[in-house]
This record gives sequence, structure tokens and C-alpha cells, in this order.
Amino acid sequence: MMNALIFLILFPLFISLLALFLPRALPGRKVIGTIANAVLCAVPIYLLFATLDQGPSYFRLESGLINIGMLVLEVLIAAYIIYLSVRAKRYLPVILVVVQLVTMLGFEFSYGHSIQVEHSMFLDKFSIIMALIVGIIGSAICLYGFGYMPEYHEHHPEVKDRRNYFAFLMYLFLSAMFGIIFSNNLMWLFFFWEVTTLCSFLLIGYRDDKASRDSAFRALNMNLIGGVVFAFGIVILFVSSRTMELDKLLLLDQGVVLLPAVCFAFAGLAKSAQFPFSSWLTGAMVAPTPVSALLHSSTMVKAGVYLILRVSPVMENTVAAQMLTLIGGVSFLVTALIAISQSNAKKVLAYSTISNLGLIVACAGVNTDAAVWSALLLIIFHAVAKSLLFLCVGIIEYKLGSRDIEDMDFLIMRLPKLTAVMMIGMAGMFLAPFGMIISKFVTLKAFINTNPVMAIILAYGSAATIFFWTKWMGKIISIRHGETEVREHEVSNWEWTTLGILAVATVAVCIAFPFISFHVIDPYLMQLFNTVPVVDTFNILIVFVIMFGLLIILPLGLFYYAFINKDYKRVGTYLGGGNISNITYEGAMESSQPIQIKNYYLEKYFGEERLFYIGVFVSLTLIFIMFGVTAI
Amino acid sequence: MNTIQEMFQVWSMLERMLAFVLLAPLLGGLIAGIDRRVSARFQGRYGPPVLQPFYDVLKLFRKERIIVNRFQNFTMVLFLIFTIFSGALFFAGADLLLTIFSLALAGTFFVLGGFCVGSPYSHLGAEREIIQQVAYEPMVILMAVGMYQVTGSFKVSVIAQYQSPLILYLPGVFAGFLYILTIKFRKSPFDLSMSHHAHQEIVRGMTTEFSGPTLALIEIAHWYENVMLLGMVYLFFAFNPWLGIGIALLTYLFEIFIDMNYARFKWQLTFGSSWLFTAVAGVSNIIVLGLMKI
Repeated sequence: MMNALIFLILFPLFISLLALFLPRALPGRKVIGTIANAVLCAVPIYLLFATLDQGPSYFRLESGLINIGMLVLEVLIAAYIIYLSVRAKRYLPVILVVVQLVTMLGFEFSYGHSIQVEHSMFLDKFSIIMALIVGIIGSAICLYGFGYMPEYHEHHPEVKDRRNYFAFLMYLFLSAMFGIIFSNNLMWLFFFWEVTTLCSFLLIGYRDDKASRDSAFRALNMNLIGGVVFAFGIVILFVSSRTMELDKLLLLDQGVVLLPAVCFAFAGLAKSAQFPFSSWLTGAMVAPTPVSALLHSSTMVKAGVYLILRVSPVMENTVAAQMLTLIGGVSFLVTALIAISQSNAKKVLAYSTISNLGLIVACAGVNTDAAVWSALLLIIFHAVAKSLLFLCVGIIEYKLGSRDIEDMDFLIMRLPKLTAVMMIGMAGMFLAPFGMIISKFVTLKAFINTNPVMAIILAYGSAATIFFWTKWMGKIISIRHGETEVREHEVSNWEWTTLGILAVATVAVCIAFPFISFHVIDPYLMQLFNTVPVVDTFNILIVFVIMFGLLIILPLGLFYYAFINKDYKRVGTYLGGGNISNITYEGAMESSQPIQIKNYYLEKYFGEERLFYIGVFVSLTLIFIMFGVTAI
Repeated sequence: MNTIQEMFQVWSMLERMLAFVLLAPLLGGLIAGIDRRVSARFQGRYGPPVLQPFYDVLKLFRKERIIVNRFQNFTMVLFLIFTIFSGALFFAGADLLLTIFSLALAGTFFVLGGFCVGSPYSHLGAEREIIQQVAYEPMVILMAVGMYQVTGSFKVSVIAQYQSPLILYLPGVFAGFLYILTIKFRKSPFDLSMSHHAHQEIVRGMTTEFSGPTLALIEIAHWYENVMLLGMVYLFFAFNPWLGIGIALLTYLFEIFIDMNYARFKWQLTFGSSWLFTAVAGVSNIIVLGLMKI
């Protein structure tokens, strides 16, 4: 079993090096990549079934050499970041890296000899969920990249073609993610944490123009702030309790470990782009689409909530936990409202990501069995549906030449299959009874029992969520007769395969959620709380009736209306009686006026700059309270 | 006095669902007929026969099927199916939240129908319909939250048989619910997205491109929905079934009264006032209940 874990960390690393050094002209490159991706999917599935009825397992590893190796690499990474920052004349990252390095080196030299780590790695149900997400979705996104990147460079001749380097970073990212989720040794976790920071920095800056450099450095700064606080947390934890292991952290006295836990949660907030750190994620959309998909669904931000969920049991019944809940709540509500005002598709997706993660963070803060149950389900549902949507937008962007939702009129006429896939993703994001809504349902109950204010935030936030998804859905499925410029054949098979996998996965996790809940989530909750939330069987039955009802009615109905129903008379749309054609009408002076249909964005109410700063300031206050109360 | 509750207990869940599916359109249509009659009296007219809505719907079914695109009617069929389904869930005594989510699903299909025809009027109506949904959604969820706080359950069957008067614990929530009920009933001043009256600036809004049998389906779905909404009003007074039914009907009369006395609001005012009213009446009530529990 331990070999499987080490394999999952080292194998993507190996592939990434292969990607870097194999010449691009090599014909077998994509075949090797495909096989590697298949392996990356298969191993976590094997882990799932091999440990189906087992509790968590911990692994001892002779770690002397590994620790030294990590330390050396950490110094090298720091040196590299300093080099890049100085070259770009940005000095904040330099300061942060130096502080972090001094902290870790000082710690290593004064305490390094006395650190005793019993179990360096571990595997429990939560790690398996994360491994499945990273393995399946992460490698699916890499697969998509095979088809996407050539087109990317066609469309952006000004960007230097560094595809090998790109693939290297993508697989390195996956490797670091596996490292994060299997590490029990906090020093290791921290090392992998910093590797993901570096990878995201380099990937966001892939285009190497001004906008992407700005975004990349913003991401770097915010994640380094998180990293510095993480490092402080490790030092405080060891000095006060002589512990360096994640599982032992939960067994210690709350008074001793609360401050380190809050530090780790802070690092998690930065990584999962919660307020006040949200701007790095919305800036990250300058990167090529696979990067956005990877950051938003299976890696980066999920690493943040992973860590928060791991340490939140320590914070049980504290003011800090309440503040964490509120920070999640504020992020959830404010970003859902901002998303209403955005017409840039990637930005809508980005804000929706922050919003959903806010809900997960809030659940972590509440930390009851029901809350954690829905947090885990949210992680799963969000990962599949959101990656699917990002990849769809990536394709649309090149087929329509725009990523603006306003340009997606009649998408169903132009890219019918893609629109269908997108509808699946969107339904998974907000529509009852699919995906997110199941967990929102349980979340609401958990909130009412602990914190009614959160229930209110959830009520308003859900309404906002309905708004921006429904109007987008409406945009892409509007039909205008005669508008048939199908460009779908230009989408590569790599991309179709990925979309297919993810679309099936989105539906599959909805149908399989009782299985997931029973075999994976419930055992984890038993280990944490000794109880599991009782979900009403009748409700689940109803949810399934609706789900299967839709899965049966929709295809049948579409088939009926497309081929069988002939009893109708088709007319043009009503244009005030002055139709010239379907899209023009007669205006004054016999002029021909075209019609244009636009969505509402309500800038005045939900404008980005207005709400964003409210979110930042409120959450900053909450963070200060969180640290203040804990430090006292 | 408790015959209604006894009836409720004697019938099985399926029987209750079936009763709703069969009886709700009759009741809903009748209410619509009375509505038109009362409204006419308010305006000094005589008004149509009480059964007029049924005649209208029957006539619509015999009309020619005129469409803009082939799939537009499918969305409305789905809208009807899920409206009936949520209503049946409600009267079967199932989970209130599930009912609300299912109704929201029906509403989404309705909106998508308005979008998919690609007509400017219909599009504008659909946009307004979403704004209306967003305006009432928080209050509807908070109503469920409030009932859960008092009774400890989301089950309609449990809430309906709660012995003390819910209204005493949830006056703010009830007031907030009344406010958004005007939106749900599609009454003035909130009938932005589509209106029964012929004088709307966006023609028939949402339903501009829907005619004949499909329009009839929309009308029937509306009847089902109204009965279900009155059922929600009933829950606040369920401790005394006759009082509950009386108040539910009074509520409808009140909505007619509002309808007659207000000109249509702009969406800005509709949306802003709904969220504000929800915040003032509903949220404060929820927080008070939350503090009482602790």
C-alpha cells in the first residue's frame, strides 16, 4: 500500500521530467502521455477498492535522506523564486521567501535533530477521495491539454512555444498534490505545499506578457503569505508540543495546538482563494485553459480546503472556528453576488469557484458530522462539474473567438454537442437535484442547528447562484431558426475524450453519491466524530426519482420533439408586428433594424469593485479577530 | 374541527399525492375564476362566469399549434410536470426543502423556455422572471428554516400537525412570505415577467411565443402552483385547520386587493424591496428564534 502512495507521488514526477526532456517531435509522446494518464486514474481507483473496508493506515518511512533532499530542494526553489522576482523587479516575494527560508532553516538547525516522526505518510478515506479527484480529473485535464495546446499556440503566435515546459509543470503539480494528500509529516506537507505555489506561479505566468506576469506575481505573493504563516505554524506547533504529525495534532490539547491550527487554516484560506485572497484566482484566468481547470477543480484550491478540513476538528467550539465559518460565508455570498455582474465566462466560473469553496470552508468551520459530510460531497461535485465547464469554455473561446457570455447566443445551434455537455456541467453546479444541491440541503440543516446567520447567508447566496447560472444557461440554449454554423468538427478528439470522461463522471457521482457516502465519507466521519449524519432515506428516494425521471424524460422528450412531433406550424418570432425577417424588423423611415438580445448584469447593484472590497475588508477583520482571540 | 387532520392521517401518502394531482387544478381553476370575478367587481365591472378559466383552457387546447422552434413546448411540459411533482410532494407531507428545490427546478425550466425561443420580448420576460425568482428565493428558504427552527423538522407532515400556532413564533417570516407571495401569484405590482393584463410593455413577456395547448399547460401549472402556495400559508395556521383554510383564502383575497391597488413596479424596486423586506422581517425573526434556542 505504501508503495502505491510513493508511486503516485513519484510517477507524475517521472512523467513530468519525461515531458521536459523528450523531444517534441517524438511520435510516441502522446501515447506515453495517454498511458501515464490511464495509470494515474487507475491507481487511486485501486486504492479505493483495496481499502474499502479498512480504517486509516499509517506508514513509517526511513526519512533522514528524504528530509535533507527536501531541504535542499526548498532552498533551491527559494533561490529560483528570488531570482525570478529580482529579475522582474518585484521585491515583496523576495522578502516573503527570505522570511520563510530563515524560519525553516533556523527551525531545522535548532530543532532538526530532535524531530521524531513516527509516521511520515498515511492514507484514509479523505485522502482517497482527494487522490481520486487529483488522479482522474487532473489527468483528464492533462489529456485535454494534448489537443488544446497546439491550438493555443496557433491562436497566440506571440507566446513562446514552451509546450514541454508546460507539460512538465502540469505533471509536477499533480505530483505535489499527491504529496500533500498523503503526507502525515507536516514538514513534508509544507514542502509539497510550496511546490504547488511555485507551479501555479509559473503556470499562470506561462504567456509571459505583462498581464500574466502581474497575475502570476499576485498569486505568488498571496500564496507566499500563506506559506510564511504555515511555516510559523509548524514552528509554534513543534516548540509547544514537540509534534510534527498531522494525526497526532488532533489528539493534543486544544489550548496547545489552536494557534498552529489557525495558522494552517490561514494558509488554507490563501490557497483556496477565500477572501481576502480571492484576487489571485480571478487573475489566474490569463493562463491557458487547462491551467485554470487544474487550479480550480482538482488541485490548488482543493489543497487549501483539504488542509482546512484536516485541522478544523482542532478548532472545535472556538471563536476561531466561528470566524472561519463567517469568512467562508462572506466569500460564498459576496462572490456569488459578484458573479451576477460578470459577463466574462471564465470570470463567472472563477467567482463561482470561490463561492463554492466558501461554502466548504464554512462547513469546515461548523465542523459537525453533517457539515463535514456535505463539505466532502461539495468537493467531489465541484471538482468534476467545474473542470468540465472550464474545459468547455476553453473550446468555445477558440471556436467563437470570445469568452464573453454575450457572444454565446445560439450556442446550441453552433456547437450542439458541446452545449449539451455544458448543460450537464451547469446542472451539476446548481440545479436540483443534481450534485451541489444535495450537499446544500444537508449544509442548510447543519447551519440551522449551529449558526442561523449562516442559514441566512446560504438562503441569499443560493438565490444569487440561481441568477447567474440560469441566465447563462438561457443564453446558450436560445434557438434562432437558420443559425447553423456548426464548427464542432474542429474540436480535437483529445478534447472530446476529456469532455466525455468528465460529463460521464458528473452524472456518475450524482447517481453514485449514496455509495460514495456509505463507503467513503461515512467511515471517515466515524473516525472523526463517531457518528454519521442521518440522511432521510425517503428524501434520497425522491432525489433519485427526480434524477432518473429527468434522465429518462429528457432524451425521450427531445427525441419526440425532434423527430416524431409533426403537428405544428412554425412562424417567426414576434417583433412588434414589423418583421422583415426573423432577426430584423421595420423601424422608422422604412429602415431595417436588427434585433439584439442581451442579458442583465445589474452592474449597479453587484458591481465587482464595489462588492469585492467589502468582501476583503470584512474578511480581513474576521481574520484579525480569528488570530487575536486565539493568541490571547 | 380536526376532520382535516384526521383525513390527512387516514390517507396514505400516495392517496394524498393523487388527490392533489386530481383536485388541485379544479380548485386552482375555481380560485382563478373567483379571482377574476372579484377583480372585476373592484373595477366596477360584472366580470366573467366563475368557470371562465376552465372554458379558456379548454378552448386553448383546441387551437392551432404555432411555434417558433421545435423544442420550446418541451420546456413547458417539464415545467408542468415538476410543478405537479413538487405540489404532490408537499401534500404528501414530504420534506419542505425538497419541495422548494423541486419547485425551483420547475421554475428553471419555465425560464429556459422563455430564453430558448430567442424572441426579444420573451427574452426580456425571462430575464425579469429570473429576477423575480432571485427576489423571492431567500424568503422561501427562510420560511422553511423558520418552520424547522420551531418544529424541529422539515417534514410538511410534521409541521402540519404541530400543535401550537406556528404564526406566533413566525410572525416576521409570515409577513415576509406574504410579501413575496405577490410575486409567486404573479400579481401586480410584481407581475413583471408576464401579465394576464393586455397592457404590458413587453407584450406577453415570457409567454409571448407560447400559444394554444402550451399556453393552456402554463395556465394549469399556475393553478397547481397557487394551490401549493396556499398550502404553505395554511402551514402557519395548521394548529387549527379551519382557521388555516380561512386565512389561506383571506390571503388570496388580500393579494387580489393588492393587485387592484398597485401599478406595476420596476424590477429594481421589486428586487430591492423583496430582499430588504426579507432581511427586515424574515431574517430578524430567524435570528430571534436562533437566540431563543441557545
